Amino acid sequence: MNTLVAFLMLLGAGFVFIGALGAIRMPDLMLRMHATTKAGALGGGLIAIAAGLHFGEAAVVVRTIAILFFVVLTAPVAAHAIARAAYFTGVKFWDRTLKDEMREKLDTKGNYLRSGLEQPDDDAGDDQRG
Amino acid sequence: MTPWVVSVVFLLLIIGLVLSFIRLARGPSLADRVVALELIALITVALILTHAIATDVSDFIDVALVLALTGFMAAIGFARFLERGGAGK
Repeated sequence: MNTLVAFLMLLGAGFVFIGALGAIRMPDLMLRMHATTKAGALGGGLIAIAAGLHFGEAAVVVRTIAILFFVVLTAPVAAHAIARAAYFTGVKFWDRTLKDEMREKLDTKGNYLRSGLEQPDDDAGDDQRG
Repeated sequence: MTPWVVSVVFLLLIIGLVLSFIRLARGPSLADRVVALELIALITVALILTHAIATDVSDFIDVALVLALTGFMAAIGFARFLERGGAGK
């Protein structure tokens, strides 16, 4: 059991470290979030599992499971909210970004996203907002 | 628990904390700083959990749970603040 706890702690710390390394090395916001959100949440979750295994009492295990669920469930939601807000406020992308399909379909004033399938004569954006 | 494992874990987490603090200080846009703050909150949760394991005191787990909760609230609040135009407008 002790070996397993040590292994999980080292693995989790390694993932958190890789996430922080990505946060400092990556060239733009989206790539930084790509590194920190996933690697960070995985590392924090692994260390929470290690804490639960180390103590082994029911009351503590329930708390560590709560931490695990909370980290794993809320990290993607928070990342989505921040990325969406940053995109709408016009954050600069890396100069080697190849594709940004959303930019030409997005009406930044009304927060309306066109699908690209509208008929040319109807003004779907105005109808929707009516 | 062998002591060197706890030392290595603390070392890795603290280096990660320093790196994300550099991003917090440098980060060109406000969103970069929010991402760095979120990562700092997560690393702090991991540090508290590691400290709970190292000292065998399970009460620290409650602290980590509360910090995980408030970190999420802070991220959502910042995102809504950014989406409404930030401080500039």
